[in-house]
Amino acid sequence: MFIIKYRKIFLAISGILMVASLGAVMYFGLNLGIEFTGGSFSQVSYEEGNIPTFSQIEESLNNFDTERGFVIQEVGEGGYIIRTTHLNEEEREGMIGALSFGDFEVTEERFSSIGPSIGNELRDKSLIALILSSIVIVLFITYVFRRVSKPVSSWKYGATAVLALIHDILIPVGVFAVLGYFLGAEIDVLFVTALLAVIGFSVNDTIVIFDRIRENLSLNEEYNIKKSFADTVGESLRQSYARSINTSLTTLLVLGALYFLGGAVTQFFALVLMIGVVAGTYSSLFMASPILVFLAGKKGEK
Amino acid sequence: MRLISLGILIIGALLGSFVYFSEVKEEGWMSNFPFRFGLDLRGGAHLVYTADVSGIKDERERSERMDSLRRLIEDRVDDLGVAEPLVQVERGGVLGEGDYRLIVELPGVTDVDEAIRAIGETPVLEFMLVKEGENVFDPNVGDIDFDLDGETEESFEVSVEEDEILDDVMEEEVENVEEEENETESPFIYTGLDGSMLNSARFERNQRTGEPLVAVKFNREGRDLFAEITRENVGRQLAILLDGESISSPVIREQIFGGEAVISGGFSLEEARNLARRLQAGALPVPIELVLTETVGPTLGQEVLDAGVRAALIGWAIVGVFMLLWYKFPGLIAIFSLLVYVVIMLSVFKLMFVTLTAAGLAGFILSIGMAVDANILIFERIKEELRSGKKIRDAVKEGFSRAWLSIRDANISTMIIAVILYYFGTPLVQGFAIVFFIGVLASMLTAISITRTFLIAIGDPKVGGLMEKLFYPASDMFRKKEVTENN
Repeated sequence: MFIIKYRKIFLAISGILMVASLGAVMYFGLNLGIEFTGGSFSQVSYEEGNIPTFSQIEESLNNFDTERGFVIQEVGEGGYIIRTTHLNEEEREGMIGALSFGDFEVTEERFSSIGPSIGNELRDKSLIALILSSIVIVLFITYVFRRVSKPVSSWKYGATAVLALIHDILIPVGVFAVLGYFLGAEIDVLFVTALLAVIGFSVNDTIVIFDRIRENLSLNEEYNIKKSFADTVGESLRQSYARSINTSLTTLLVLGALYFLGGAVTQFFALVLMIGVVAGTYSSLFMASPILVFLAGKKGEK
Repeated sequence: MRLISLGILIIGALLGSFVYFSEVKEEGWMSNFPFRFGLDLRGGAHLVYTADVSGIKDERERSERMDSLRRLIEDRVDDLGVAEPLVQVERGGVLGEGDYRLIVELPGVTDVDEAIRAIGETPVLEFMLVKEGENVFDPNVGDIDFDLDGETEESFEVSVEEDEILDDVMEEEVENVEEEENETESPFIYTGLDGSMLNSARFERNQRTGEPLVAVKFNREGRDLFAEITRENVGRQLAILLDGESISSPVIREQIFGGEAVISGGFSLEEARNLARRLQAGALPVPIELVLTETVGPTLGQEVLDAGVRAALIGWAIVGVFMLLWYKFPGLIAIFSLLVYVVIMLSVFKLMFVTLTAAGLAGFILSIGMAVDANILIFERIKEELRSGKKIRDAVKEGFSRAWLSIRDANISTMIIAVILYYFGTPLVQGFAIVFFIGVLASMLTAISITRTFLIAIGDPKVGGLMEKLFYPASDMFRKKEVTENN
């Protein structure tokens, strides 16, 4: 199987992508949404034909509150998104009042405001959920593959799956560091949810391939076939890649529908998932299995 | 096998008609199972308050107070006329050891400002003397009197010394303000006695006449001030003002020591109850602060919902086309399997009262893509078995049993993630986690029951012949097999 033959190249590609993602995160930083930092988000709209300009809004808001900074963004026809620090009820009403200046009638479409303490808590919870998921996955895979011990012991399957996971998470995070910098894409609770769904998808994919390796190993034993571990893994990959790619394709198809038709709320969510699904499929096929062969070391070559 | 597949068809059709009719019909038991949409889809407000319980040391008392706070807010929210509001108490922090929180969900609320005001509202209750010469008499209020209930008698035994110490202070206050007030046109004289000095307000009935009353009990400060006011002003009217409006103005007949008074006069049962509740509420059992607001207008919510449904339908159609092109005839079975999957999911949403959010809808759409996975696994496996020269029935059976282990292990790991998501998630994320979990489970079940049953039923020599002829041109997967079988 060419994947095993050229495993060093494929592993190198994964490595480069991971380093690049990490670099992007460090260079651009993460654009954390208000759910993690605290702050407020208002989406307002004006009636057609009576829409104030960007600078008129900016001026009115800055007159309303000189201390607080407002980030204003135009969305669609007559729509604006305004981000600022946490607003209490009084301040919110004040801001809406400031947006209804002159003859302009404003309609509040959506408003969220989150205090900083809740933000910190959500951030902790998200991190714990990500870490806990990884730990549980190692344990689960170690348990499922407990009967497999030669030539790679079962916990190594788990550890490999987690390496693949880190790969699958790091890449969407890296992409979003870049998107956050250039397009203002935010890391919010929905983003973390998408990452966890990516974990679910990727582990699913990896387990199916590992399962095939397990089956082939036991077949080798049963029929006393002398085959190197590397060849067995290669054979398993050859048997599984059609399924892996087809499943990714169907998932990507629905995610594409969600991205293009599902509306703005879940658009970035769909994007994270698409990146994650591609990364997850790549890592199951081109990363996890080669790592197993690598871990088997010399034993694997025989 | 034919019988089982027929049974599955019937069950599928029944579930399908359930989903359809429970949406269409307005009455009957089925209309009790509508889809439940989260606030982000139907519009509404999600509010989180933190409660300041630092003043209460005892853990049990804290949760008791929170409970009474919840009931109180529930009452206030009910008064708003919101359908299916939700008020709940929650502990914050990662492991639920943090501060106490009150979560209020108001679906479809149109005036969020009013709602927030109503929830945090503190009615202003004031007791003011009526200026001499002014005759404040509210025609709505009948015969008004401070009335001491029998049970309050023990309160008379208040130590007099205490009263005297405070008297001087209070007197000054009362006089100071009196001067200020005199300058205005108001017929009332400020006394400094107000709702913040209330310990409790209760709805009661006059024991003799059965007339609805509101019994109020002042705290120590209020009790002393009340005694002071009543001593100085026997014969004058003391007006009780709620939010600046006089609700009754009884004449003081004698000094009242006990710190308890009964506001009576012309209340209907409902009025007296409401007043008691509002007065009681004036002092919330625990101070609260609004820390999270999320409001979505109903139009925007509807747009998100429409977009989600459209994406789901089109996503489903694209996956169907893909399966048909790639797997031909078995692909058709997969489409059917997927259709049953969607029907099962919709029924589960209805029967288990799952609240659908935008994230949940996205999770559902994602699960459609992943649901065919089990089918794909099985088909690929059957292909392999066929290539190795097995007969179609054996290949189907073998393919299933081999694919099952992978399907099981892979899906369990995904479900574990869904559980973790649910546990750590915000309500929005929990909506996703539930859908994701049920979706994975349902897809596994439909694949191993429906796809399997149909493939085997069609592989059955008795029906198989006809079915294969019917689908012959499309089923290249089975073609090779049929040729060998005919040989």
